[in-house]
Amino acid sequence: MSAPPPARRRWDGISFEERMATVDFRVGARAHIAVDADVCRSCTTKACVTACPANLFAPTADGGILFNYEECFECGTCYMVCNSEGALTWTYPDGGHGVVFHHG
Amino acid sequence: MPEVLTFDAVVVGAGPAGAAAALALARAGRSVVLVERGPFPGAKNVYGGVVYGRVLDDIVPNWWEEVPVERWVVRRSTMMMTGTQSLSVDFRTDAWGSAPYNGMTTLRSHFDAWLAGKATGAGARLVASTVATGLVRDGAGRVVGVRTDRDGAELHAPVVIACDGVNSFLAKEAGLLPRAEASHHTLGVKEVLDLPHGAINERFGVQDHEGVDMEILGCTREIPGGGFLYTNADTVSIGVVVSLPQLAASGVRPEELVADLKAHPTIAPLLRGSSLREYAAHLIPEGGYDTMPALASDGMLVAGDAGAMTLAAGLWLEGVNFAIGSGYAAGRAADRALAAGDCSARGLASYRTDLESQFVLADHKRLRKAPSLVLSDRVQQRYPGLLCDLAEGMFTVTNPTPKAGGLKLTRAAAARYGVSLRQLATDTVRGLRIFG
Repeated sequence: MSAPPPARRRWDGISFEERMATVDFRVGARAHIAVDADVCRSCTTKACVTACPANLFAPTADGGILFNYEECFECGTCYMVCNSEGALTWTYPDGGHGVVFHHG
Repeated sequence: MPEVLTFDAVVVGAGPAGAAAALALARAGRSVVLVERGPFPGAKNVYGGVVYGRVLDDIVPNWWEEVPVERWVVRRSTMMMTGTQSLSVDFRTDAWGSAPYNGMTTLRSHFDAWLAGKATGAGARLVASTVATGLVRDGAGRVVGVRTDRDGAELHAPVVIACDGVNSFLAKEAGLLPRAEASHHTLGVKEVLDLPHGAINERFGVQDHEGVDMEILGCTREIPGGGFLYTNADTVSIGVVVSLPQLAASGVRPEELVADLKAHPTIAPLLRGSSLREYAAHLIPEGGYDTMPALASDGMLVAGDAGAMTLAAGLWLEGVNFAIGSGYAAGRAADRALAAGDCSARGLASYRTDLESQFVLADHKRLRKAPSLVLSDRVQQRYPGLLCDLAEGMFTVTNPTPKAGGLKLTRAAAARYGVSLRQLATDTVRGLRIFG
């Protein structure tokens, strides 16, 4: 399930969209992140929403999670901080796709 | 049936660990394939960063004549800060500014590609844009290859070296790494900012290709971690590294911490007029020696970040050199096991023995208690402010009131930050024991 971008906050004069626009993403057709909305609805911490450096996860009004996979740094933060077993499935994007860092 | 290609060794991940492993095997005359999921080596990699080159001396003689360097680090500054103060220990030496050098800033898309080029130059076969999706095992459960996402093609070999990074799904599948242990990891977020070469030289007090490495404590609010600022040729890298579980619990967005650091009165003038070139993030395995996985199983070795080899010990923050050292040692151990015809965990055991005898595991073992001290509440939340207040007290001229003595100032600063002199003394001794 793909979602519209979550509400962005603005720090240091650079909007989040501007920040993310500096990154080279070669988006693949297959979503490499999957969330189980039913499990997420029972989650009280929603740690992925705070910690994901690409801000890909957004809480919904009914307590679930909306997410994007396209602009993902592939860091692994989301599944590491997720404390609900089975809520979040995360694999690498297909070979050659996903983020390409030029100044990493 | 999927296509099967057979080699002496399969190395997964063309970062510094994988490139070094493939180089060692290729030099030993082994057929070796180096699998990389990015379109080129380094495409998925982010670090601070500084590479310390001593590990390369035996691997690529005179490496400094050809390595893609941004700047040679001649100044190392350790800074403690509060929102309005900063206190630095700033060291500079000519010794690091000429061959054989000490540390260099470099970008991973350049450096990793260079080292992987050494491996392919020696005969290793690089297969990029390919994910190793899982392990292939024989009837006895031994690892004998990997599956890939290239039409399900399999790469078979008596030994697989997993250099697939901090998330190492291969080490997880082999049962060597836990599925997800947030407390063993930190998140690094980094911004690379455009700044003209001459402006960098003037603002950071260096010349030509000299560079600066700044490590910063006290810039991550209530979240354990630290900041960094490194000079590249015509960009600077600035960012923070923070405890993953405590970031998640804090409600603070990671990019907000970087924005705070950039706006600090000591840092902002250094960056004035710069513009954002690239934003990036990556996990770091910082658990240290006590959280490292077993490094060998039947038919498989683990090196680099996949083996939690990053040294995050406060004063020392190193990773690429540990990746190269462990990768090269893994490649040599695999070659010995192939020669002996025994790639079982027992046949591959010389890998660990080798690492214990050199810096890779010796440094980790010696500094195994460092993470708990460095990430303690006092070092993180109290000492930066305490020391800044002490410096302010020492250097603020209070005429006509006579100068206060150092002990009185220390006592006052310690009281302000809720630290007893006894705790201060205990931590000093503890620090000397760990780092001394």
